[in-house]
Amino acid sequence: MAHAHTHDGVNHLDHSHDDHHHDKPTGIGRWLYATNHKDIGTMYLVFSLIMFFMGGAMAMVIRAELWSPGLQFVDPLFFNSMTTTHALLMIFGAVMPAFVGLANWMIPLQVGAPDMALPRMNNYSFWILPFAFTLLLSSFFTAGGGPAGGWTMYPPLALQAGTSFPLMIFAIHLMGASSIMGAINVIVTIMNMRAPGLTLLKLPIFCWAWLITAYLLIAVMPVLAGAVTMLLTDHYFGTSFFNPAGGGDPVMYQHIFWFFGHPEVYILILPAFGIVSEIIPTFSRKPLFGYEAMIYATASIAFLSFIVWAHHMFTTGMPLAGQMFFMMSTMLIAVPTGVKVFNWTTTMWKGSLTFEPPMLFSLAFLFLFTIGGFSGLMLAIAPADFQYQDTYFVVAHFHYVLVSGAVFAIMASVYYWLPKWTGHMYSMALAKTHFWLSAVFVNVLFFPQHFLGLAGMPRRIPDYNTQFTDWNRVSSLGGFVFGLSQILFVIVIIQCVRGGPKASAKVWDDATPEGLEWTVDSPAPYHSFETPPVITEENTHPSH
Amino acid sequence: MFDVNGKKLTAVLAGLVATLPAWGYQNQSSYNMTQGVTPVAHEVYALHMIIFWVCVAIAVVVFGAMIYSLIAFRRSNGAVADRTLTHSTKVEIIWTTIPVFILIAMAIPAAKTLIMMEDTRNSEMSIKITGHQWQWQYEYLGEGVMFYSRLSQNSNEARQRGSGIDPATVKDYLLSVDHPLVVPVDTKIRVLITGNDVIHAWWVPDFAIKKDAIPGFVNESWFKAEKVGHYLGQCAELCGRDHGFMPINVDVLSKEDYAKWLADKKAAAAPAAATALNVSAPAATAAVAP
Repeated sequence: MAHAHTHDGVNHLDHSHDDHHHDKPTGIGRWLYATNHKDIGTMYLVFSLIMFFMGGAMAMVIRAELWSPGLQFVDPLFFNSMTTTHALLMIFGAVMPAFVGLANWMIPLQVGAPDMALPRMNNYSFWILPFAFTLLLSSFFTAGGGPAGGWTMYPPLALQAGTSFPLMIFAIHLMGASSIMGAINVIVTIMNMRAPGLTLLKLPIFCWAWLITAYLLIAVMPVLAGAVTMLLTDHYFGTSFFNPAGGGDPVMYQHIFWFFGHPEVYILILPAFGIVSEIIPTFSRKPLFGYEAMIYATASIAFLSFIVWAHHMFTTGMPLAGQMFFMMSTMLIAVPTGVKVFNWTTTMWKGSLTFEPPMLFSLAFLFLFTIGGFSGLMLAIAPADFQYQDTYFVVAHFHYVLVSGAVFAIMASVYYWLPKWTGHMYSMALAKTHFWLSAVFVNVLFFPQHFLGLAGMPRRIPDYNTQFTDWNRVSSLGGFVFGLSQILFVIVIIQCVRGGPKASAKVWDDATPEGLEWTVDSPAPYHSFETPPVITEENTHPSH
Repeated sequence: MFDVNGKKLTAVLAGLVATLPAWGYQNQSSYNMTQGVTPVAHEVYALHMIIFWVCVAIAVVVFGAMIYSLIAFRRSNGAVADRTLTHSTKVEIIWTTIPVFILIAMAIPAAKTLIMMEDTRNSEMSIKITGHQWQWQYEYLGEGVMFYSRLSQNSNEARQRGSGIDPATVKDYLLSVDHPLVVPVDTKIRVLITGNDVIHAWWVPDFAIKKDAIPGFVNESWFKAEKVGHYLGQCAELCGRDHGFMPINVDVLSKEDYAKWLADKKAAAAPAAATALNVSAPAATAAVAP
């Protein structure tokens, strides 16, 4: 609190000699030419929410078609383009931009900086995205319809696509460029703009998780760009990277793709780990257990993510030695992941727990992500993987880690920091209703898919044998309710932006939120910290 | 040690599963993996059940600790936070090491099964399987028998949008084919799997075989069915519009029945091939409908 006063004082002093800094642009220009990290963060988050609903609508088409056996609503090709674009929208449009939006909002606030290090590049990296997704979605109106070869774009199938193919490739190039710029900005900001005294081992764990994620992004997005460019030249310029008739190798594509794809999986979950590691200590009223162990575990997971890629490819006919290596390296990931789960659990141990919406979503994350971890461990066992591979068991697995994992963590973070962003408290009752509907129906939606997969239902099929009807119906029902209940999320956010009880600087006054973001007013001032804050034991992580 | 435990667990679970309704796929429960009809499939099922129970055991401990915390350390119960509990090298070493041992214990039986699955030596016959958009081609190497296998006519009619046919009235809807692969029982059969156009995957759950059919590659696998029967499977790699409509059927016959089937097949193939030869030489290997 004392600090907040100092800050206000500085503000007034600043005003006299540095006027333009306080210009808050208005109208459309504020957004088009935005260089402020909060404005850009808001745009990322709103964009992500829109993509979440569009990708969700596609999932609803999928679940409606799978309500009963027989083809009721859509052509199989359109069904395939639904699964393909659902994945691309959710991964590149919803989850990744949401994390970049959170990074934009929170990293300057958490490291005590006035803004991100590279504000104009920040603007550029956001504004690429609407164009990228317009390009991708416009492919639905071209001859042959949208991309339908799966988000993994395996050749030769991907090469059979029509006009949608180059549109999808260019869209992916743009998304990749956007992600790389976002990642560079995060690294530069964290490395150079920390307040004096905020050493790396005092850094909030969300910043740590994002720092590691940013390195992963820079390492693998160019690999994806290379893979899809080779697809493009195979299709249009007569090369034969992946064409066996010309001496190419379709399996090589899978190796390159998954060398990107597996670290990508961790790009989608490491920031979520960071978020949950912020929230559980707050509402347990206890510092995070094993702060340094958490950092090392995150770094180990990031390292391992580069040497496990071919576990996505056990059925391609790898040599025995290859299968052994990738099976064992994959199993090894369970160790650092286990450390994280144990640390979160021990953070709650001997705590003083309350259950506000951010805590509820974090707890759901803790339980359900762990279930996804168990099915991940099962999938690592190569001989058993032959039965699981490309079935609904895999679909259940990655939705547990991505929906009840990554997406729940994003929702937790929104409920945690929304009062800091808007200056208002939101409706706890509505947010809790949103939580309970989501937490119950996400399980109704995805748990039966384990059964479907084990009973032999392949993924990416628009129609199925009657033996699979019952569980598909349960799953679809769960899907519809889960989908509808997300409207509550939007209502809570809109209400909170418009008004509500005034939030204090600390927001969670009777809990123990830690970090510099809680030392500034709610809503946070437009330029966060104009002079570096003083680092004390109270406003940083008490790691020792 | 794990083997013994695995078999016990498998037996217990097999008992449980057997009491549940099963239809469609043979030996298939509606919510667990098939136990299969080949030695490999039994091993895979056992591994699946071991790792499942290992996960359940870990879940009981971890979720138990979480749920206990949620109940015992609620502020509404008057819990006061112990803010000194921030790290403990001892417990961190313990919970890093124990999982390593569990994983090693899991990796050993898994590696054994993997070696067994990849050992295609001493096979008694070979069949080449080629995936096409959207049908399977089976070629009995050295026998001069070859045919295509596609979705059965009644399933194909019922699956059209607006067909008005209730899928429930169609036997093995989307899982039956016109010409099943026919193989003898108790025979080690090597399959060579490749693709003609895009990547497909040949999957028969009861044999625990799933191998990608990749253009330009020939993948190998094997199975030895222990029971006479009719086994169903599906393509397991997205291969375009009709990916969901290229099932796999395998008829496992007794050795005598198989010999008779093969003889009939060859007899049917011989005159057809001769005719084809007279007309045009390159068509000698043309498909022969059984």
